[in-house]
Amino acid sequence: MGEEPGIVHPRGNLPPLSLHVPEPKFRPGDAVDFADVAIPPAGAARRPDTADAARDFTDLAYSMVRVLDENHQAVGAWNPRLSPDTLRRMLRHMATVRAFDERMFRAQRQGKTSFYMKSLGEEAVAVAAAHALDAEDMCFPSYRQQGLLIARGCPMVDMMNQIYSNTGDKLQGKQLPIMYSEKRFGFFSISGNLTTQYPQAVGWAMASASKSDTRIAATWCGEGSTAEGDFHSALTFATVYRAPVIFNVVNNQWAISSFSGFAGAEATTFAARAVGYGIAGLRVDGNDALAVYAATAWAAERARTNGGPTLIEHFTYRTEGHSTSDDPTQYRSAGEPNAWPLGDPIRRLKDHLVVIGEWDEARQADMDREVAEEVKAAQKEAEKNGVLGHGLRQPLDSLFDGVFEEMPWHLREQRQMMIDEETASGRPWDRK
Amino acid sequence: MNMIQAINSAMDVTMARDPAIVVMGEDVGYFGGVFRATAGLQKKYGKTRVFDTPITECGIIGVAVGMSAYGLRPVPEIQFADYIYPALDQLVSEAARLRYRSGGEFTAPLTVRSPFGGGIFGGQTHSQSPEGIFTHVSGVKTVIPSTPYDAKGLLIAAIEDNDPVIFFEPKRIYNGPFNGHWDRPAENWSKHPGGEVPTGYYKIPLGKANVVRAGEAVTMLAYGTMVHVCAQVVADTGVDAEIVDLRTLVPLDIATIEASVRKTGRCMIVHEATRTSGFGAELAALVQERCFYHLEAPVERVTGFDTPYPHSLEWAYFPGPVRIGQALKKILKD
Ligand SMILES: Cc1ncc(C[n+]2csc(CCOP(=O)(O)OP(=O)(O)O)c2C)c(N)n1
Repeated sequence: MGEEPGIVHPRGNLPPLSLHVPEPKFRPGDAVDFADVAIPPAGAARRPDTADAARDFTDLAYSMVRVLDENHQAVGAWNPRLSPDTLRRMLRHMATVRAFDERMFRAQRQGKTSFYMKSLGEEAVAVAAAHALDAEDMCFPSYRQQGLLIARGCPMVDMMNQIYSNTGDKLQGKQLPIMYSEKRFGFFSISGNLTTQYPQAVGWAMASASKSDTRIAATWCGEGSTAEGDFHSALTFATVYRAPVIFNVVNNQWAISSFSGFAGAEATTFAARAVGYGIAGLRVDGNDALAVYAATAWAAERARTNGGPTLIEHFTYRTEGHSTSDDPTQYRSAGEPNAWPLGDPIRRLKDHLVVIGEWDEARQADMDREVAEEVKAAQKEAEKNGVLGHGLRQPLDSLFDGVFEEMPWHLREQRQMMIDEETASGRPWDRK
Repeated sequence: MNMIQAINSAMDVTMARDPAIVVMGEDVGYFGGVFRATAGLQKKYGKTRVFDTPITECGIIGVAVGMSAYGLRPVPEIQFADYIYPALDQLVSEAARLRYRSGGEFTAPLTVRSPFGGGIFGGQTHSQSPEGIFTHVSGVKTVIPSTPYDAKGLLIAAIEDNDPVIFFEPKRIYNGPFNGHWDRPAENWSKHPGGEVPTGYYKIPLGKANVVRAGEAVTMLAYGTMVHVCAQVVADTGVDAEIVDLRTLVPLDIATIEASVRKTGRCMIVHEATRTSGFGAELAALVQERCFYHLEAPVERVTGFDTPYPHSLEWAYFPGPVRIGQALKKILKD
């Protein structure tokens, strides 16, 4: 017989064991104070040579690479010294992502699609990385990196067609909205199963290396997702074969309603995951587009010169809900987004451009108006192809396309069965 | 050739033709695999095309999916089919759906080789037959050879197929066909016609069954090791059975099955996997749906039991000549 639950068996004078269950600092209604979040000054972090051994800069996995200082100047060894044109392009892409998110979020609320996910407050993570990578490098994103597509020039109409599952959706409405697949823009098909893209990125990178290619791979996951087994398999493979891959962990503090402590953040950083594998680890200010750019460019150079993988933790904050199905006021303090000590990534980049005399508030206002117009025009165009809320848009028999290269008999039979069933029902398919 | 040599030869022949093919898995490189199926390949094709991997099955398949996305054709080995479960998510949610979910932009033309089945005193972690899990998944093909000749032709077809294929190798008959009695060694493949394997390139198309023995009294549907056990039972009993070796479970050669059952009026299904929700249930349902008016007796299933594979009682679990013989008697009674 097993022991009865709830019975304590004291041994000597030992105090009873206790189980630690993490609890976030603030819950709904609590006043927020982020004073104890350690934020080193901008420019303080050293910048190792990309050829240095990972063990020689483990400190970088525990501190934070920051470039933009309190006075909006770019400082220190990590300053990527980008041209004003590049900075303005990055700013515009980030603003476009925000406008796109805003409109698609509303479209979901208007019943035009079933689901949407914003990246509000973490736009720099994907956009700055896209600018630091080569266009031919392959991205294995999670669901919050729409900034990669925007920055790489994917037409917004195509993205919206996918979100609406309309007749213009080349994925034939087979995927949940925002689960894009854009091979032409080096953007791998997004999976809803967390972190499966991690070993896939390593495989792609290994293949590239074994073919003496020059392209590298990059992949993204949330901090909560680092707990998945695939994450650890991927890091093992990457270190073993010195795969030319960049691992990005987007630490936006929340995994749906679970704070980062449930992925181990109370004990260490996510960048430090790299240390045990002998992989280069960098922790960066994820709301500092210049720091994200610099870290990505550094990791890309390391990968491209056969230095192997880098893991970058982007320290950021998810300002909005997890998705349109989420209500963050139920589990975190409403004061958190505004109290976040690293500020807003778009505002910080804008302030920097203003301070160096390359931008002003009027141009910012014009740009915001322009990108809003662009997004609106794209939406109008996409909605000509229909929206999900107005009936199912895909031809009925497309349901069976693409399971295999050639359709086997049992799928052909099932397809016929479905068509017969629909015909007999008398309901016109496009009205359902 | 024995089946291992035939499988080795299939990889060799295809790798020589197509530089996109890579072989990977635990111990497959330098050592040539615990069953020696990849022996010599690393030496011939180099370490970037044939390499050892860390012990992480989800990593092996996940990496293989990424390699496929690049344009390679990975042939990962899972050392025993029992260890495919840690990789299940990468197979079921990723490889199997990649074409569908990406509108054909990305595909996963990988062939997962894995020794499966019992009869070698492997205990519960070296004996399972998980084919039913994969036939239940849309988007993967499942292939199981029963002779060296078939193994080579089918493996070449699998490697060249543009969809993900699970290629299960019946390890009990790696070295020779076998009559199902635990105390009798496997014969040598050299005396079996299926052991005559051309050294060059040839393919056996996926989705085509093989009528191993024509007969009138009853149709026996089997694959892998069980094809040989059925043949032995037929030889022992003198029943005029038609033995159909399915060779691929998905896609299934339904035409051959239907024609045979319509002719004999009786159908018996033999597999080693556990019974409940096994592939035999699918076959029985198909035969019932399509051949009901031709059936003269209920469809009979002979399978392993719904228990983990036992070690010391392995031969009580294994569907051998006694169990199959009794089922034959029963189905032929009316
Ligand atoms: C394998 C798997 N388990 C659970 C889920 C459900 N799920 C979707 S998103 C999510 C939270 C992920 O959080 P995080 O990795 O921190 O990324 P974030 O959403 O914050 O960007 C969960 C649990 C899933 N999609 N896949």
